[in-house]
Parts: sequence; C-alpha cells; structure tokens
Amino acid sequence: MAGVAIARALNMGLRKALEADSKVIIMGEDVGKLGGVFRVTDGLQKDFGEDRVMDTPLAESGIIGTAIGLAMRGYRPVCEIQFDGFVFPAYDQIVNQLAKLHYRSQGLVKMPVVVRIPFGGGIGAVEHHSESPEALFAHVAGLKVVACSNAADAYTMVQQAVASDDPVVFFEPKRRYWERAEFDANAPLADAVPLHAARVVRPGRDITVLTYGPMVKTALDAAKVAAEEGHELEVVDVRSLTPIDWDTICDSVRRTGRCVTVHEAQVFLGVGAELAARVTERCFYSLEAPVLRVGGYATPYPPSRMEEHFLPDLDRVLEAVDRSLAY
Amino acid sequence: MVAVSSMDVATSSEFVQLLTPEGQRLENPEYPLEITPEEVRALYRDLALVRRFDVEATALQRQGELGIWAQLLGQEAAQIGSGRALAPGDMVFPTYREHGVAWCRGIPPEKLLELFRGVNFGGWDPGRHNFSLYTIVIGAQTLHATGYAMGMQRDGAEDAVIVYFGDGASSEGDVNEAFIFAASYNAPVVFFLQNNQWAISVPEERQSRIPLFQRAHGFGFPGVRVDGNDVLACLAVTRKALQHAREGQGPFLIEAFTYRMGAHTTSDDPTRYRLASELETWKLRDPIERVKAYLSRGGFADSSFFDSVESEGDELAARVRAACLSMPEPKPIDIFDQPYAGGSPLVDEERATFEHYQAGFAEEGGR
Ligand SMILES: Cc1ncc(C[n+]2csc(CCOP(=O)(O)OP(=O)(O)O)c2C)c(N)n1
Ligand SMILES: [Mg+2]
Repeated sequence: MAGVAIARALNMGLRKALEADSKVIIMGEDVGKLGGVFRVTDGLQKDFGEDRVMDTPLAESGIIGTAIGLAMRGYRPVCEIQFDGFVFPAYDQIVNQLAKLHYRSQGLVKMPVVVRIPFGGGIGAVEHHSESPEALFAHVAGLKVVACSNAADAYTMVQQAVASDDPVVFFEPKRRYWERAEFDANAPLADAVPLHAARVVRPGRDITVLTYGPMVKTALDAAKVAAEEGHELEVVDVRSLTPIDWDTICDSVRRTGRCVTVHEAQVFLGVGAELAARVTERCFYSLEAPVLRVGGYATPYPPSRMEEHFLPDLDRVLEAVDRSLAY
Repeated sequence: MVAVSSMDVATSSEFVQLLTPEGQRLENPEYPLEITPEEVRALYRDLALVRRFDVEATALQRQGELGIWAQLLGQEAAQIGSGRALAPGDMVFPTYREHGVAWCRGIPPEKLLELFRGVNFGGWDPGRHNFSLYTIVIGAQTLHATGYAMGMQRDGAEDAVIVYFGDGASSEGDVNEAFIFAASYNAPVVFFLQNNQWAISVPEERQSRIPLFQRAHGFGFPGVRVDGNDVLACLAVTRKALQHAREGQGPFLIEAFTYRMGAHTTSDDPTRYRLASELETWKLRDPIERVKAYLSRGGFADSSFFDSVESEGDELAARVRAACLSMPEPKPIDIFDQPYAGGSPLVDEERATFEHYQAGFAEEGGR
C-alpha cells in the first residue's frame, strides 16, 4: 500500500520541528541510536546529534522533571515515554509541575513541553504496554491532550504540539503505527486545521460516532458495514481531548440526532462520559436517543489472550449503533 | 565501545571471582566457599537446564507460541548462584528475566510461559514459592522488597529478602528510595543488581559514572561487585550478604557484573546499537563453560555426566514445549475475575452486560 506510515509521519514531523527551531530537543529512553522501540525517532540522532536527540537514563520522573527545567531555560523538549504504562513515575512532575507552572507564575513561565505516549492495546503485549490513560491527563487543568489517528494528522499535529507554548500530552495509536496514508508534507503548517479541532472523517446522516486514536479506524470500518445495511454513520475524529471542539461535535449531533462514543479506555469515567454529558446538555432537543458509550471495562487491561474481548471492535460499535437507532 | 572500558574496573581487586573463565578455582578470604564436587555438579546442572529452557522459550516465541520472551542468556550464573544461596524462608522479588531464580524456587518453568503467552500475569502462588510475581515496571519491586523486609524485621523472623533489578533500573527514583528506606530502617534486604551492561539500547555509562556497587556506600550500606558469570562467586557473595541481613546488619548491594548475550527481548534487534565483537569478548567468559572446564579438568565429572545433563535438558525442553502447546486458553469472561478482593457492583454489572452481549452474539451467529 502506498503512502506513509504513522510512525514514519511522526518521524518526519519531528524532523521538521528539529529543523525549524534549534531549541527543540528530543529526550527519552532508547530514542537515540535505536530510534525508539517503535522507530519513531529513527535516524534523528544521527542527523541532529546527541545533544539534540538524547538517550536519557532510565527514569521517567527524571525525563519530565529535567524537561521542565530545560523549558524554563528556553528549550522546547519533546519527551518520549516508551509505553503508556510507564508514564506514571512521571505523573507527579506532569500533574503538579508541568501542568501548573504557567498558572502559578501568573503567565510568566511557559512550558512548551510535549510528552509523546504510544497508547492503547491490540498488539499482544505483556502488561503495562496496552493502557489508555488519556482521561487521567485530560482531567488535569493546564495540559492539552491530543490523540492522532492517521499519518497526515500525525505529521501536522506533532509539529503543532511542538509549537504550542502549553504542555501537550500527545497520544499515538501504537497498534496503528504501520497504517499508511498519503499526504502533502510540503503543505504549510499554518494552513492545517488547528490542533484543537475535531474533524468529520466520514459524513453520514443517521448517527454521529465520536472517537479518537486507534478507534477511528474501527469506527470507519463499522461505518462501511453499516452502510451496507442502510445506515449512514458520521464518524468524527475528536483529535483533541483537552480542549474539545464542541462546535464541530454538536453541529454533527444536531444533524444526526444520535450519538455514540467509542474509545479503548474504560467507559466508566472515561472521555466518553464528558462527551456524552456535554452533548446531552447542548443538543438535548435534537437527540432522538441517549448518548451511548462503547469502551473498555472497569477491570485492569487483561492478559493479551483476552484482549480482543476487552477492546471495542466493529461489532461492539455496531451493536451500540443498533441500540441507538432502535429508540 | 565504551561498555568494554568499564569492564577494566571490574577486573581490578573490586571484582570477586572464585572461578576464572578458564575454570581455575580462586580463593577469597572475605568470601570463603567450601563446596564439594557434587555440589558443583548440581550447579552445572542448574545452569545447563536453565539455559536449555531459555533456548526453548525463545524458539517457542519465534514460532508464534509466545507473545514475547525475555532471554536470560548469559546471566545464568548470576541467577543460579544467588538463587542457590537462598534459604526456604527468604523472599524473592524478581524483574521479568529471573527465570533462573524461579527455577531455584521450584517454580515449574512452564509456569513462567503463561505470562509471556498472555494467558495470565503470572501463574504461580507467590506465597507458596516465596517468589513474588514478575514486575515489568522498572524498579518498582525494590520498594516492595524493602517493605516486605521491614515486615520480616517487625515479626522477628530470621529470614531475608532478595530483590533483583538491572543497571537501567538503578536510575529510577523508586530504586533510590528503596535504598534510603532500607538503610533508614536497617531492613534485611539484599539488592541484587544484575549489571548486564545494557538497558535495551542504552549502555551502563548513561546510568552511572561510577561502578554501580559503589552507590551503596553513599546510602550507608555495603556494596560489592562480583563476577556475575561466576556461579561460585555469586553463591558465596549472596550467602554472605543474606547472612549480613539476617543478623540484623541491614541492607547489602551486590552488583553482579555480567552480560546480556541475547537481545533485550525477542522484539529487540541489538545489531542496531552494539558491536558483535562485544559479544565475542563475553563469550570467552561464558558462565557455563568455566564450570564445565573446572569439573572436567579436576576429574570431577566425565562425559557421561555432561551427556546426561544434556539429555535431561532435551527432556525438559520437550516437556515445556508440550505444556506450552496444550496450555488452556482463558475464557473471555475471565476478564472480570478478581479486580477486587471484596467484589464490585460495577464489575458485576459489566460482567452481566458482557455475558448478555456474548449470548446475543452466539444467537445471531456473528456478523
Ligand atoms: C518504568 C518503566 N520504564 C520503561 C520500561 C521499558 N523497559 C523495559 S526493560 C527496559 C530496560 C531495563 O534495563 P535494565 O534495568 O538494565 O534491565 P535488563 O532488561 O537489562 O535486565 C526498559 C526501558 C519499563 N518496563 N518500565
Ligand atoms: Mg541491563
């Protein structure tokens, strides 16, 4: 298949960011010589040197804590956390320091730090390698939280994240890293949709499906099947989880009158809960059915031999769509 | 290669060695070891069987039967030497690579495969084997070990704890906090650091500017570097460290200087970051060959002994393979088992919904 894989698109985006601003530095475990365990930073240390693409000691709190100091000194660190489950040693630095410094300093201290996290399951991994902790970050004031779902967005969004003067937690759909798409790498960044914008990735009149990250593909697959059964799903890639682009979302729901949210993270207190609540508040008179949520269960992420039953799939999405349409 | 330069330090007097790579027996007055030929043969058997198991598990991963495998290749002596120093009441906190220590604790090797196949997160009873579950989050178990040791101390037990971690792990905050707690409470815990020179692609030099065992000094307890490829030295040093802990003298750090001869895991490609020549150097210090040389040269074992260990290894491999292939698949509904000791209405509700969904699906015959 032609086109560029998501992992490669991120690499290209990071390369552009490194070229555009000498203050941009990349730091993380194995990001240098190895190019990251997913090869997202492949070749960058070779081309930009060990000063700009740094293999750090094995300490996540150290990575984020020193990135904060570097940012205070005028640098723009892009930190890689190797897997979703390994961000937690850095959670204190992210929540108490990174997120709050701008507020605490009354706007005097900027924190242009990106924390890249490959997230989600479906790769048959051992524990702590398949988590979806986005709600734990979206709940923290002061952070921007985004998730890309395709190569084109990966390429632009990572550059926009680096350019942001606020800290961005950047979730990458690890099981989709090798999905390819074509895009124009020379299109000016200024022309791209803003980082916080949601996007309708498939228009449809019957029901709105709100999703992000790895589940966008699942939702699009479901939409194809539903179309064969005569139902037109409108799939919205929410993209930014903090802030959320309510205009695009509510505009869609007002047209379709129905809404289903889909993510891998557990349904209970997940991002879908916030989506459902606001959509209900804002689109109450347009809704033909309650907003339904599809997602993981209120258990730890299971051993990999059970993960296909834990993760939402095409059938789980369609089942919720059917339930909504039945109202 | 920088990694080799730190080895020069190791060959200095600070390196405890009781058996040279050539199989020559050395004495060290600080770490005396009386050991019979029979006991050395038993150690050889452990080393060889554990390596054979590791090779089989690697093959099973290659054939798609395991999701991933973390090889212990090259670290057999560090694990068997320390593992055989343990008393039954001692408690072990492993990383994800301590298959040799698990062997010493009587855990059937096939049990270890369950985690790597993805049917559970560790199929053994930690209490029965005094061997905690594997911990994948780097360094976290060092604090658990310290807390467990604090508990033993309160109970007046005459046991000790040993906790395994790597050179990479030594940078984590948790590990440094564990050192502080252990020192502060004088906890009976032995920190067993396997310095295999690499944390995935990152060489030890990125983690430390001084030999790692020297860190203990700053935290206020003794540290020693041992030839991690020398099973006798690892045995003697670990025994002494455990004794130190049991006698109420507090924590002890052992840095076993060794080498990860394989990839980090089966997902890794070490050719991207290290030279093949490095491996060649370490092959000359193979942990098993030197024991074989010692036994043969001393006339303590003949070829029939080595042959019998080899065929025992093949039997073990066959048994492990058969167990892996016939391992029962977990049922989907097992997802909901045991998130809470006291149950949870939320989980119950979701389990019921899941059952209903699956039943409906069965009726419909799927889409
Ligand atoms: C907190 C945390 N961060 C990152 C990882 C990913 N990871 C797994 S093993 C590893 C390297 C560990 O190196 P070391 O401690 O030397 O142990 P070794 O694997 O060499 O035995 C890394 C970075 C992890 N498991 N946990
Ligand atoms: Mg290591």
